[in-house]
Amino acid sequence: MSLAGYEIEVERTPGTGLSTEEMTLNMGPQHPSTHGVLRFVVKADGEVMIEAIPDVGYLHRSIEKIAEKVGYHGFMPYTDRVDYVAAMFCNHGWGMVCEKLAGIDVPKRGEYCRVIADEFNRIASHLLSVGTMTLDIGATTPFFHAIREREKINDLLEELCGARLTYNYMRIGGVAWDLPPGYAEKCLAFLDQYEPLIDEYNDLITGNKIYVERVADVAVISAEDAINYNLVGPNLRASGVDFDLRRDMPYSVYPELEFEVPVGRGEEGTVGDCFDRYIVRIREIKESIRILRQCFKQIPDGPVIAKVPRKFKPPAGDAHIRIESARGDMGWYAVSDGTEFPYRCHVRTGSFTAMSIIDKISRGLMLADLVAVIASLDIVAPEVDR
Amino acid sequence: MQSFLDSLIAQGYFAGVPTEVVYAGGMVVFGLIVVLGFILNVAGVTTFVERRVWARIHSRVGPNRVGPQGILQWLVDGIKLLMKEDIVPAEADPRLFRLAPYVVVMGFVTTFVVIPFSSALVIADMNVGVLYLTAVTALVVVGILMAGWASNNKWSLIGGIRSAAQIVSYEIPAGLSIFPIVLITGTLSFQSIIQQQGWAPHTWFVFHSPFTFVAFFILFTSALAEGNRTPFDLPEAESELVAGFVTEYSGARYLFFFLVEWGNLYVIGALVSALFLGGWQVPPVTDNLVVLNVLQFVTFFVKSYFWVLVSMWIRATLPRVRVDQLMTTCWKYLVPISFINLIGQAALMVALPHGSRLLQAAMTLLGAAILAYFFYRVVFHLRRARPELTFSPLS
Repeated sequence: MSLAGYEIEVERTPGTGLSTEEMTLNMGPQHPSTHGVLRFVVKADGEVMIEAIPDVGYLHRSIEKIAEKVGYHGFMPYTDRVDYVAAMFCNHGWGMVCEKLAGIDVPKRGEYCRVIADEFNRIASHLLSVGTMTLDIGATTPFFHAIREREKINDLLEELCGARLTYNYMRIGGVAWDLPPGYAEKCLAFLDQYEPLIDEYNDLITGNKIYVERVADVAVISAEDAINYNLVGPNLRASGVDFDLRRDMPYSVYPELEFEVPVGRGEEGTVGDCFDRYIVRIREIKESIRILRQCFKQIPDGPVIAKVPRKFKPPAGDAHIRIESARGDMGWYAVSDGTEFPYRCHVRTGSFTAMSIIDKISRGLMLADLVAVIASLDIVAPEVDR
Repeated sequence: MQSFLDSLIAQGYFAGVPTEVVYAGGMVVFGLIVVLGFILNVAGVTTFVERRVWARIHSRVGPNRVGPQGILQWLVDGIKLLMKEDIVPAEADPRLFRLAPYVVVMGFVTTFVVIPFSSALVIADMNVGVLYLTAVTALVVVGILMAGWASNNKWSLIGGIRSAAQIVSYEIPAGLSIFPIVLITGTLSFQSIIQQQGWAPHTWFVFHSPFTFVAFFILFTSALAEGNRTPFDLPEAESELVAGFVTEYSGARYLFFFLVEWGNLYVIGALVSALFLGGWQVPPVTDNLVVLNVLQFVTFFVKSYFWVLVSMWIRATLPRVRVDQLMTTCWKYLVPISFINLIGQAALMVALPHGSRLLQAAMTLLGAAILAYFFYRVVFHLRRARPELTFSPLS
């Protein structure tokens, strides 16, 4: 762990007669910057953290157990609650794993609808992520500008599926509703208006000297550590690992779409610092806009949902799928015993593994940096516990 | 103030009363007028103005329900806080905990003794006014440290210690950047310092020489740090320390801390405008003393409040620095620069004992150019942003 950039070194000279002791700080579960109910037990020597031990489990709602009781179709609304900031991906993942269990093919138009919804949700999720990160660093304005744009995406998704946060848009075999009439024009008008605003956003905060000083070279995660600690998604790519499921293990219609995978380049410091995790998300927003434009150009006509029986009984067996959610590789695993209730369901989420590295990278950082680290890893509390 | 009372005595208003009693009574009455009629209102309205200004920068609306455009919001907030239960935590040190807000308020209110609102409206024109002001503002740090310690809460303690370290450090560059003005004027009295400036910008001390120009910015930055304002609002950094030293406070005591925070903004503005921006100096338009004093008061208020607005704008724009960066900024940059500044100003005064017209003109032009560029940028960004703010994808 590099301490570059820290001018203050804590020295303890023995025999000066001053006795000091470590302070144990209880950060959370109710704290303004833990983004929900996270808890950290921080051992601090003044302002310098000796260790920050994450304590998970405050938001455990037995979502996986619920799946065993409500059946395949009935579980779809519950998946929204796994990661309420990016609920489309959970819908998508549950849909995909059920389709794999039963061997259902989704119609082409349905797949495009899914990707459109996913990418809009990815932009919204990343906007919230970078917005709260700047808010945690102390800049208030960028957060509200990010929320302003996210509201417009919420409006568009509300037009699509009637909900603004927990969408319940997808179904096993496709999506619930086709795009409303004139939807593509509205979306393209929004994208045309929104894309230049990213530059304004960068003008506002990204180049700010104080901001860069706060996040550059802080909590550097090497590529090796990122892989060993099982980081996924933007956190992994920020450490310089060029891996994106949408490109490397493609699903849905992603092979038909062209996009770049942004990777942390360490412009303002070392590869894998907080600034890289921040800038990778902003670049991913641009790529999502590119994907959306292609989707609206290529979307074919036809049905949006395959014929799936109301009593959905997949053959006995198990299936596992991986999708690239806003917080990275999200794994869905389901075991069927041939009845209409899943025998077991499991979700593997990015926030949970991101929590495990916080103790390692936070040692020796300042208290204020812990806030930046949590925000830069984009941890969403319900996704940690499920 | 004293001359006003002297004239009243001369006219026979207080026949038979000892002069000292008249002076003391006058001070109490005038002090009460200033506290109740000015400080509370200015601090309260500032909270409202800040919320509205902030909201516009955030592209929100802000409080607009109570009274026309929400102008009475600050009164409602104040009444609400006064009616809240005053909680003293069970494990806190109750006496210190109760005392701390008063110490903070005292350190803030007593600064108004020397603030020169106009040529006549000043409670006491002390011959050590500038020193007095820097001394009593240091009282605030004692109160904050008390609050942080007595709360018996670790977040409060960290907030209090941060605040103490920060205010004590930034007193040094703040003091050192007042000294160039003291060198030029040879006095510590606010009224004498203002009288040596004129109403025209080129006669203000900020444009007196390059050194005073730099000193002005150092003083403003340090004053922001002393007032716990963004980007130096670490003691109450809400994303890190919950609410810093006010975490355990509620009700009226909480109100006092925030009264001081927003009232201090005005003190900062008053300090820089008295020392550097000509204070209450107005063009000699009238011989009527009352009209002249009203004009001077308005001028001084506008100049001071301008800096309050600037600090709101800074607060909405900048992120927060980290503790080590805060200390680095102070000790590695501001302190050496202000020392060099002081020596430079002294050397300049040896070389040019009466100042230089050319230097003043050049600095005034530089200031004007900076302002012009600033307004150009603001207009540029406003033009660019206008159509985008009203966009809705569904219309």
